[in-house]
Amino acid sequence: MLRLDTVGQHYGDHQVLHDITLTVPGGQLLCVVGPSGCGKSTLLRTVAGLLPAYDGTITLDGAPVRGVPDNLAVVFQDYARSLYPWLTVRENVALPLRRRGLPRAERRAEADRILAQVGLTDTARRHPWQLSGGMQQRVAIARALVCRPSLLLMDEPFGSLDAQTREDLEDLLLEVHRTDGVTIVFVTHDIDESVYLGDRVVVLSQGPGAKVVLDLPVELPGSRDQITTRGLAEFVALRSEVGRAVRKR
Amino acid sequence: MKQPGGGASRSTRSARSAGSASVPRRPRAPAVVRHALLRWIVLALAVAVWQLVARAHGSVYFPPPAEIARHAHALWFSGPARHVFLTDAAVADILPSLGRMTAGFALAAVVGIALGVAVGRSRRAYALCNPVLQFARAVPPPALVPVFVVIFDFGTPMQIASIVFSAVWPVLINTAEGARDTDPLRLEVAAVLRLTPAERLGFLVLPSALPRIFAGLRLSLSLSLILMVFSELLPGTANGIGFTLTDAQSRSDLLTVWAALVLLGALGYLLNTGLLAVEKRLVGRGRTPTV
Repeated sequence: MLRLDTVGQHYGDHQVLHDITLTVPGGQLLCVVGPSGCGKSTLLRTVAGLLPAYDGTITLDGAPVRGVPDNLAVVFQDYARSLYPWLTVRENVALPLRRRGLPRAERRAEADRILAQVGLTDTARRHPWQLSGGMQQRVAIARALVCRPSLLLMDEPFGSLDAQTREDLEDLLLEVHRTDGVTIVFVTHDIDESVYLGDRVVVLSQGPGAKVVLDLPVELPGSRDQITTRGLAEFVALRSEVGRAVRKR
Repeated sequence: MKQPGGGASRSTRSARSAGSASVPRRPRAPAVVRHALLRWIVLALAVAVWQLVARAHGSVYFPPPAEIARHAHALWFSGPARHVFLTDAAVADILPSLGRMTAGFALAAVVGIALGVAVGRSRRAYALCNPVLQFARAVPPPALVPVFVVIFDFGTPMQIASIVFSAVWPVLINTAEGARDTDPLRLEVAAVLRLTPAERLGFLVLPSALPRIFAGLRLSLSLSLILMVFSELLPGTANGIGFTLTDAQSRSDLLTVWAALVLLGALGYLLNTGLLAVEKRLVGRGRTPTV
């Protein structure tokens, strides 16, 4: 469970986030939407412990967040930079396992298992830049999941992918969420995506001093489908509600 | 002899028509040959012209290259097979030079990379050290040799110190710049993956600085060669290629002087080629042209 209590964040005099209070129960997939530059990424980096000087309190599974917590993983938008190009796909995925003191053979086996889970087989020995964008982001997701985090943060992870690849990866994420039960905070500026993926959508206001302007449970059928779900009347209604909140100043 | 050749080319052709993956192989071979020709043709022409002009003039100062090669061979490379054809003179002069250069270069590389990473990864260390580094680098290395003569007296320690203190700067400064330019997102990734400082160094900072490190190493290598010869030119040295050079000059043995120069050129070329091969293996792996 992730808890944010009156969290604020600023760069010097510039207030980016203001008074954000949120509780994300274990296993929830929360989508955070907001206009460009509203501070979504800052919120994510703050929760990740990458910006430790924040106001208020953040706790993850009861422990206050000071620095990067042990049971947390992040997927960034820019997969080409976030993967290490001098390592193979398998080496990239196995990298976080070193800390757990597993022998080399087990690290490899674990990396291969998680690669298979994200639909990547026969790519373990290639380098990330030899793969397509969608496959690279799959590698990044595999690397994030390999340590079985209790919280997965995703910063517009599908923002630079083409529509088809994006839908494939959205469905992959839903499947991973269903099978692993990991808590996910998914930041996006895409309203459709937030409603399609989320158990719940939170809308941030336009900065400076962004705060939560809408906190909406998404009551759509658990098993979602790119065509039928997006055609449901509830989906359209939710999308309109989120869209209005995003546009409101 | 013609029959097997014809058979081979026919089988290649049939493999090609079968649409096998070896299709681009055949046109590549002549391209490689053409490339090698282009690389060497100017040198070959220059040597040929030199040979003709020198033979025509018969000057003692400019012996023809064939004679230089014969002389170098007799001097250094006509030894017994169990000494890899090296003569006693080669063992006495080339090997000590190479040994000192290798020691100096290796020391400069290790010290330069270690200090470079330290300076590059710490903003404070960079601010503190940068002016000193720029100053130290600006001093022409041979000018330092007299200082080392005073400190170490003549001999191998002085020569190695001269090489190290000139070759260390390019590696150090390039490594520092490379380490400083580590992608901030990749550093965030390292933080999120909770890599230890050693892992961050080995899996992120050093690999991403590697192209810069090699740029520094190439400069350092040529400086090492220069300082190796220079430190051996001083009176008081007893062996080495530089010593051979001054010794031959004092005896007006122009043929040996030329042979030593050609040898130095060849050594420089071979060492640089070797370093480039290492770089290609290490840096070429896992890099996109855009990163």
